[in-house]
Amino acid sequence: MIKSFVQKKLTFREIDPEKGLRAAMDLSPEAVIDCISDSGLKGRGGAGFPTGAKWKFCRAAKGEQKYVVCNADEGEPGTFKDRVILTRFPHLVFAGMTIAARAVGATRGIVYLRGEYTYLLGGLKKALQERRDDGRLGPAVLGGDQEFDIEIRMGSGAYVCGEETALIESLEGHRGESRNRPPFTADTGMNADPTVVNNVETFAWAACILDKGPDWFRVVGTDHSVGFKLFSVSGDIDRPGVYELPLGTTVQELLEAVGGENAKAVVIGGAAGRCVGQGEFDRKVCYEDVPTGGAVIVFGPGRDMLEVAENFLEFMCEESCGQCTPCRVGNPKLLECVRMLKDGNCSASYLREIVALGESIHAASKCGLGQSSGNVFLSIVEHFREEIMGRAVGSV
Amino acid sequence: MVLLTERDRLRQSLAELAERYGKQRSSLLPILQEIQRQHYHISDYAMQVVADLLGIHPVEVFAVVSFYSFLDFKPKGRFIIRVCRTMCCHMQGKDRVARQLETDLGIGFGETTPDGRFTLEWANCIGMCDLGPALLVNDRVYTQVTPNEVHHIIEECRKVFGVHATQGQEV
Amino acid sequence: MADKIQVDGGKTRAPKSMRRSRPEVHLDTEHPVTVTIDGLETEVPFGTTILEAARKQGVKIPTLCFHEDLCVAGVCRVCLVEVTGHSILHAACAYPITEPIEIFTNTPRVRRARSHMIDLLLSEHLGECYSCWRNNNCELQKLAQEYGVRRYRFGHVSERSEPVDRSSYSVTRDMDKCVLCRRCVRTCIDLQEVGVLEALYRGHDTKIGTFLDKPLGEVVCINCGQCINRCPTGALRARDPVEEIWTAIDDPTKHVVMQTAPSPRAGLGECFELEPGTPVTRQLNTALRRCGFDRVFDTNFTADLTIIEEGTELILRLYKALVEKDASAALPQFTSCSPGWVKYLEHFYPDFIPNLSSAKSPQQMFGSLIKTFYAEKNGIDPKDIVSVALMPCTAKKYECNRPEMCDSGYKDVDYGLTTREMGRMIHQAGIDLPSMPDSDFDDPFGTATGSGVIFGATGGVMEAALRTVLELVTGKLVENFYDHCDITPIRGFEGVRLAEITIDEVGPVPEIIAHLVPDWNWLKGATLKVGVAHGTANAKLVLEDIKAGGPFSECHFIEFMACPGGCLGGGGQPIPTSPEIRKKRAEAIYAEDAGSKVRKSHENPAVLGVYEQFLTDGPCGEVSHRLLHTHYTERGKYIV
Repeated sequence: MIKSFVQKKLTFREIDPEKGLRAAMDLSPEAVIDCISDSGLKGRGGAGFPTGAKWKFCRAAKGEQKYVVCNADEGEPGTFKDRVILTRFPHLVFAGMTIAARAVGATRGIVYLRGEYTYLLGGLKKALQERRDDGRLGPAVLGGDQEFDIEIRMGSGAYVCGEETALIESLEGHRGESRNRPPFTADTGMNADPTVVNNVETFAWAACILDKGPDWFRVVGTDHSVGFKLFSVSGDIDRPGVYELPLGTTVQELLEAVGGENAKAVVIGGAAGRCVGQGEFDRKVCYEDVPTGGAVIVFGPGRDMLEVAENFLEFMCEESCGQCTPCRVGNPKLLECVRMLKDGNCSASYLREIVALGESIHAASKCGLGQSSGNVFLSIVEHFREEIMGRAVGSV
Repeated sequence: MVLLTERDRLRQSLAELAERYGKQRSSLLPILQEIQRQHYHISDYAMQVVADLLGIHPVEVFAVVSFYSFLDFKPKGRFIIRVCRTMCCHMQGKDRVARQLETDLGIGFGETTPDGRFTLEWANCIGMCDLGPALLVNDRVYTQVTPNEVHHIIEECRKVFGVHATQGQEV
Repeated sequence: MADKIQVDGGKTRAPKSMRRSRPEVHLDTEHPVTVTIDGLETEVPFGTTILEAARKQGVKIPTLCFHEDLCVAGVCRVCLVEVTGHSILHAACAYPITEPIEIFTNTPRVRRARSHMIDLLLSEHLGECYSCWRNNNCELQKLAQEYGVRRYRFGHVSERSEPVDRSSYSVTRDMDKCVLCRRCVRTCIDLQEVGVLEALYRGHDTKIGTFLDKPLGEVVCINCGQCINRCPTGALRARDPVEEIWTAIDDPTKHVVMQTAPSPRAGLGECFELEPGTPVTRQLNTALRRCGFDRVFDTNFTADLTIIEEGTELILRLYKALVEKDASAALPQFTSCSPGWVKYLEHFYPDFIPNLSSAKSPQQMFGSLIKTFYAEKNGIDPKDIVSVALMPCTAKKYECNRPEMCDSGYKDVDYGLTTREMGRMIHQAGIDLPSMPDSDFDDPFGTATGSGVIFGATGGVMEAALRTVLELVTGKLVENFYDHCDITPIRGFEGVRLAEITIDEVGPVPEIIAHLVPDWNWLKGATLKVGVAHGTANAKLVLEDIKAGGPFSECHFIEFMACPGGCLGGGGQPIPTSPEIRKKRAEAIYAEDAGSKVRKSHENPAVLGVYEQFLTDGPCGEVSHRLLHTHYTERGKYIV
């Protein structure tokens, strides 16, 4: 058993997953979608697309077979909250998927579980069997007219498969290479059928919202980011683990909660996120300010930010699917630049060119991975110029 | 008497796999994962047979196998040890664990011991960031590994081979 | 005579490649969408891509991975545009317009991002432009020029990281020049369905390669060369024999003969800035002589010979099946003149090898005849003859190297030369092809017919065969059934086509095959069913149809061509290629046919002369079998 520290007060502990499911089964699909839309729930994987709207598109899309896919390919460096949810609250996730199935009219559910989490498979299968045994899954969910079952498919070690179209490519037996959009997966997804793809946590919250109602969810947060969110916090702090905090919490508040007050920098959103320096600790963690899928990595005073940039860029260079030019060729250029900086031989003008390139990588890449691949590097260059320039060879 | 070659046997078992998962393209990954689990890699011949069974081209299977980190087309050890090298584990001391593994196994990263028992590899973030340094031994996760624990982890694996099964030089 | 020709369109795959798993928004012409491009408002059908919409407006957006023949990839990210309200840029080739949007194709952000993409591609491209065979015809080079690249901003490769793969007789691969646009992958897997090339590995290690990353010569490549035609850079090219041919020409002891196939003559003009579809047949004859070739022959001559041999073989098979009720007569008979198709069959459908006509391709028939009949007649030692074939084809290079193709006692054909390589030789010789005076082919093979010419277009072999078979069997002129003997229903670019002709009346058996069949009465009232397929994706469709007992299984004779459009779209033809260009080449070919004095193979006096003087035991006789027929090898698709 992997024992991660989890904050004591946790909504998911207090919720009976089946109450939300029962409520959904008693409602019309449209009413389920309205409930989610009213709650203001946005995708908890990081992109922050309104969940209700996604389900609505999928419901409206034409297709004999519809799919509900749970993205459990939690690969973002620094995030592990989905692992904790799947370990402790699998029924909440499965209930959420069943609710989504009800909403969009899907009969097949797939959990795409990352290969690194193979050890969770046994527990998840057991939970699914329990649900089948007592009719929470199967030809008639809770004895009603909704047919739904869930299968688990394993990933095989590819970060990019957390990108929803790459995930579907992988499910279809291809290389995990992202697709062109439009068409969107809600309309043309798995086997070209309408498909809802949501993050583990999103489904769990959906189950909570169906139980407690949309207004319950909206009580905390900002104008555009409502509700609580789970954060995976690690790095130079006293208590690494999973925390539940309202969206809109400032970085400073977050650091206080986890015992990371003396941090010099925080990377929020993992390798695809951005680096926030001390001067910005009053910024809010939410979709409209500093967005995240939940990864928070804290760096203490002694950390070399170039090493951070180097590590994350090495990650991106390996984990890029290699399909589009900016991500495949661009990221190695950024990495090369970091190494030049480490050796103290990157001119200011070359750094300027590379920053411009980083912006083009963001604008030009085909999928979310590429678009966000240079973020950490760019924000480090922005906030830590004094630290990264003018290094003597071998000074690190 | 029926003489079955190694290839015949492999073909038979792959045909059964294809039967179990279905012969559509979407079965490709589950089938490859199963082969990987049984044989610790996916052989050249197996890739061609799978391609044949699913009605796709061998190069497409190879393209998929070479894409995913957990699928191997070259023979790997019975135990694949994957050390997470991403930032959080790095900060928590993955380098020392890695060094100890190299020393204890006598191989570098990307290599397999001559007896075919252990392969040492790097992994990108395995989702144990709060509990680093972390590593995977096949499917099993080890967290907060210290250099001192490395020996025990390896010994635990060796038990599988039995006391008398030891071949070649122990490192 | 009642004839019925139907075109079966429903099953066609080519020429547009598709990948079902990569869904695209379908065009809906019923629903126009308003779109504003650089301030100009217009309406386009729902699902039109930004690229298409911009082109209609006369706005040019640079592209690299986009190709008209292929499904959309959207990977090079050169065709970036800005859409109002969107924070990121979009690839114009891959973005279907489904709602009213405002697009800008020329903003500072767009220009900068595009030039960054080009800089990045150049940074990993072995840019040795002077020595590159695509110099001046390279899409990357052109982009760099258009975007004013004056320095290598992000570095430049000047050293090779892996050797050029020269293992194949037909296609060489220089992966240091590859920009991973994946056109070759889409060509090989989607368009041709041969499945040799794919993207391997991932991230920065991504590369295009074969199964197990083996050299091309060791995998199931059919040498069609379609990948070369679509490669934007010099990463793929045909194996080049030009230097060896010059050496032979320069050697006074060598007698260098050239045969030219119909398709290069319709395409070569493109190498000299002529419009596609400008025939240069007779200027080429002059140019070849000025280059130093000792004799210039017309491959159409052996195309006619092929019709006689293959047609006779078909009649013998039909007789065996229908009269002698011998089940071993493999029907339908398949044509064997496309070496890419032959190798495809040997690899993927070896069970069908008995169906392949044993007749050699026109190139190889010519090779045999030149080093036997011609050598003897002219008192030349065949060992001193160097036989070159100008072909639209890269697979022909492999074909002439097949070990069994040595029936004359020597390599029947020494070199297969592509249209592109021919163009370069003529350029090297300082000859301006368009201004050459006309001249004729050399004797004794100087006469060819229109039937030989149309071998270059899909359906051409079938049309030529039908012209001959109909006349031989009915004893009447084809013109009685088809105006100007144009069997137009069998023409066109439909991927697979099916035709039926009922033979109501029969005539006497012509003398040339009188010793093989006693009469035609057994064909009276019979319905002859024939099929046509071009592009191996369509060939596969037809073969699967036969296996499933579909309509093609009832055919008697099927023409297969490996390349989309037939030989005129061959892998050795000038670059670029597109449906429009192929159509124009086809027009040139049919025009040459229409202008021919003799239109039917069996009326070719030179062919009849060869049977009188040399192949004296007639079509499919002993001599012809030794020199003009061949056998095939079951290769299978397993390589390890």
